[in-house]
Amino acid sequence: MTKAASRNPGLRSRRRRERLRNLAFLSPWLIGTGLFFLYPLATTAWLSFTRYDGFVSPTWDGLDNWRFVFRDYPFFWPALRNTLWFVLVLVTLRIVVGLSLGMLVINVKRGSSVLRTVFYAPFLAPPVAATLAFVFLLNPGTGPLNSLLGHLGLPQPGWFNDPAWSKPALTLLAVWGVGDLMVIFMASLLDVPRELYEAASLDGAGAVRRFRHVTLPHLRPILLFAVITGVIATMQYYTEPLVAGQVASGQIGGSGQQVQPGYPAGSTLTLPQLVYNLGFQRFDIGAACVIAMVLFLLSMAFAALLMRRGSGFLTVED
Amino acid sequence: MTRHPRLRRRLAGCALSATLALALTACFGSSQGGAKDNPNADVTITFWHGWSAPSEVAAIQATIDAFEKANPNIHVKAVGNITDDKINQALRAGGSSAPDVVSSFTTDNVGEFCSSHAFVDLTPFMEKSGIDPTTTFPATQLSYTQYNHDQCALPLLSDAYGLYYNKDAFAAAGISGPPKTLSEFDADAVKLTRQSGDTYSQLGFMPDYHFYESTITHFAAQWSPTYFSPDGTSNVANDAGLKAAYEWQKNLVDKLGGYSRLEKYRTSFGDEFSNNNAFMTGQVAMIIDGEWRAGMINDSHSKVNYGVAPFPVPDAMAAQYGKGYITGTIVGIARTSSKQNAAWEFVKYLTANTDAVVNFANAINNVPSTTAALASPQVNQDPSFQTFIKVASDADSSTTPSSPNGGAYQLTLQDLGYAYESGKQGDLQSGLDGAAHQIDTDIAQSQ
Repeated sequence: MTKAASRNPGLRSRRRRERLRNLAFLSPWLIGTGLFFLYPLATTAWLSFTRYDGFVSPTWDGLDNWRFVFRDYPFFWPALRNTLWFVLVLVTLRIVVGLSLGMLVINVKRGSSVLRTVFYAPFLAPPVAATLAFVFLLNPGTGPLNSLLGHLGLPQPGWFNDPAWSKPALTLLAVWGVGDLMVIFMASLLDVPRELYEAASLDGAGAVRRFRHVTLPHLRPILLFAVITGVIATMQYYTEPLVAGQVASGQIGGSGQQVQPGYPAGSTLTLPQLVYNLGFQRFDIGAACVIAMVLFLLSMAFAALLMRRGSGFLTVED
Repeated sequence: MTRHPRLRRRLAGCALSATLALALTACFGSSQGGAKDNPNADVTITFWHGWSAPSEVAAIQATIDAFEKANPNIHVKAVGNITDDKINQALRAGGSSAPDVVSSFTTDNVGEFCSSHAFVDLTPFMEKSGIDPTTTFPATQLSYTQYNHDQCALPLLSDAYGLYYNKDAFAAAGISGPPKTLSEFDADAVKLTRQSGDTYSQLGFMPDYHFYESTITHFAAQWSPTYFSPDGTSNVANDAGLKAAYEWQKNLVDKLGGYSRLEKYRTSFGDEFSNNNAFMTGQVAMIIDGEWRAGMINDSHSKVNYGVAPFPVPDAMAAQYGKGYITGTIVGIARTSSKQNAAWEFVKYLTANTDAVVNFANAINNVPSTTAALASPQVNQDPSFQTFIKVASDADSSTTPSSPNGGAYQLTLQDLGYAYESGKQGDLQSGLDGAAHQIDTDIAQSQ
């Protein structure tokens, strides 16, 4: 408190009112963040140190759940490896293909709107339906793709039934639905000033150098956005690997029998599947919360690293 | 009216405490059920079950109608198509919509229901009603509905497993009748297999663990294994029968063409519970399956000319031919129910009334689950169905025991099976040692 304010009760009261008014304006965000982010986060962190099966109140259990997940739970490390594989390969491929399609669509002379529709439409397909369709198309025994490959004399992969091919098959499915990124990249590409390309051409820059020195710097904030949202979405990758694994294995477990997720041989197991399996099928809520915390910390670490290296969402002009 | 600020604060504190207490009670459920309700009062109880096919729903509704006629003061609101995930979540959530009586298609979670006290112990209710469980229910059915002497559920019809075989395929292969020992079975499976390029036009038997009911626990029942020691720790690393079951399956996989070839063929099969079931389409000549399959084949008008028999036994146990794996639907009373006496009247009718059990069993092609109903002349006398009645009544038939963390140990054994059949796990004993350690660790984590 300044000397002037301490001597002047009116000024002090006005500042207090200003603070309250600012707080009132901020209150919707504060309440929302507190209720829907900080409270669940704090509860998850607390539950990860407790024994809780949903029937009796949680009891403090120290580091037992953390020890169980990291040391004794055989599915954690394979699921973490799979999740990181998807983060590296799936996110990268989606960005490369999304950007390539965006450039293709804005540069074609004719049929741009048709291409835009064709490339965007798969993104609208419901994930379960799209996954079912892919499992059918890529069925090693009866699928049309393998029949075609057989006719051409090419090798016929096991796709969703082969541990070596299941992740590439899921990546193919994710890349097929890349329409959302394509549209974002298209909007960003159209925003690059044309005169910069003209100036670069006059300076003798070819297509590759124009892309590297003009296009990419302007796309940096969008690329960063795509990477961060892609990493977070992939950390939450659940529906497609679960449906693909269960349908391809032929074991749905609908009547109540538990089914181990991750078919074939744990190759499609992701951390969110473990959260559901432990938390809502085995009701080992403490261990499920450990994995949820690991996911949160990994997402935060990726986001912080990328924001730091990418200087946030600023463009070259900013 | 003016109030002292301290009094106001105290009142606010009390209100807050009461609200928190109520909220916590709602979150964690009541800690004690108790059966203090008047069974003669006019009440409506909620019954959750898993049946969803129109014929099954009609059959359970007919049973409910008969109960309501006999007990006019108790009304039953049935909710169908319920899975164990929903049951588990609802029992924890509690509330006015939570069920009073719950049935589950699987016995896997009985240990969890009992040890967590999600279902009340039915022993006091049976004593009150003069029901002796040991004479009313067969021993196997009684064992899979209790955990650690807590009889928290009762059997509501059973499932018995046997061998279905394609009579036409047998005749074409020159096989006179169903095999009784596993060496005969293996020879028949090879004889019935027809190669076609790098796949099959007909497979004698599909032993892969991802195929329908070909699980390690269903196979291992023919060796009558002991999964747990008396102290509750895993016995899978020491049980010679279980090890022999894994080895038999792996040998058969190799005899029939190997894991990769079989798996590729398996991907061409339709869904187990559809008309495209591989046995019903003729792609596989023999399967291990429950008694319900006969009803499904008949309902589907499939052209498969089938026969049924007990599943073969190991050669050294030929005298025990006729046994098999037993499981079934279970029913219990939710701890959170405030109408437990009325709920018991309904459970008693469903599980111990011979007419009700026989009629329901006949209607949905399941095996009855009481000693009296199994012997009843009113039970479906079709020879195929009677095969399963005999398997269910066989003293050497067995089941998978209850465990406090549900069917987790069975999944661990299945995982070992996947690794062993595919060649990923070469040393079976080392795999069984690892499985035993994992089962014990998982149980310790759940307690």
